[in-house]
Amino acid sequence: MGVLALGSAALMLVLRQPMRVALALITTMMALGGIYGLLGVHFIAAFQVLIYVGAVMVFIVYVIMLMELREAEGNRRFSGWRVPGLVVFALLVLVLVVSVWSGGTGSLPPAASAPFSLTQFSAEFLSRYWLVFELTSVFLVAAIVAALAVIKVSRRVDG
Amino acid sequence: MDRTQLLLGLSIALFALGLLGLIIRRNALVMLMCMELMLNGVNLSLVTFSERYADAGGAVLVFLVFIVATAEIALAIPIVLLLVRHTRSMDIGRYTDLKG
Repeated sequence: MGVLALGSAALMLVLRQPMRVALALITTMMALGGIYGLLGVHFIAAFQVLIYVGAVMVFIVYVIMLMELREAEGNRRFSGWRVPGLVVFALLVLVLVVSVWSGGTGSLPPAASAPFSLTQFSAEFLSRYWLVFELTSVFLVAAIVAALAVIKVSRRVDG
Repeated sequence: MDRTQLLLGLSIALFALGLLGLIIRRNALVMLMCMELMLNGVNLSLVTFSERYADAGGAVLVFLVFIVATAEIALAIPIVLLLVRHTRSMDIGRYTDLKG
């Protein structure tokens, strides 16, 4: 499952057409959903598939089909930043992997026997984190207003 | 090397690949998708720790990341559409007239 996620994520970087990149990203997300399911947090797996694959990626695929723009043949696929980008990539992976591996799992508590249940999660979400829950609704309203503003701007550009 | 370390390695790899794609690709939509990939990598590490500690706090954070990612895409896509209609191209090199 992890190999599948990693492979399709790497494929995302080299594919040329946006639609194929989107399909590779969908494969990655489905594989991640599978990993969540295997870890025992089934509701997060369900929401991963529902929200990411069902909403976000369908939106992106729809936009790609709507634009129906092929990249011009002469266009370069990669920007001039690819050498510094690769250097940063190598450094980041090196630092993070070394820190994870050298730390070991000694400092972590022993693994819990069973992951938390959906009931526990919901109770925690609405009692201890209620403020975050309420702020989320404000955030969503702000996002809707901003999207409407962007649409208004695009109408003005057209007309 | 146990399961937690493997999953953390996978999440590091996903995040780094997303960052690499964000830096080296020129297509605006592909860059957006690479940002989603980075968010997915972070989510995987959050779920891993949350499951390891049997604490629901990490899962709450994962839900918030879901919400932020959805709102981000819902805002970014109309902007990209506007830019594409304006310049007839998805190449970020052509968006130089965005300077204020």
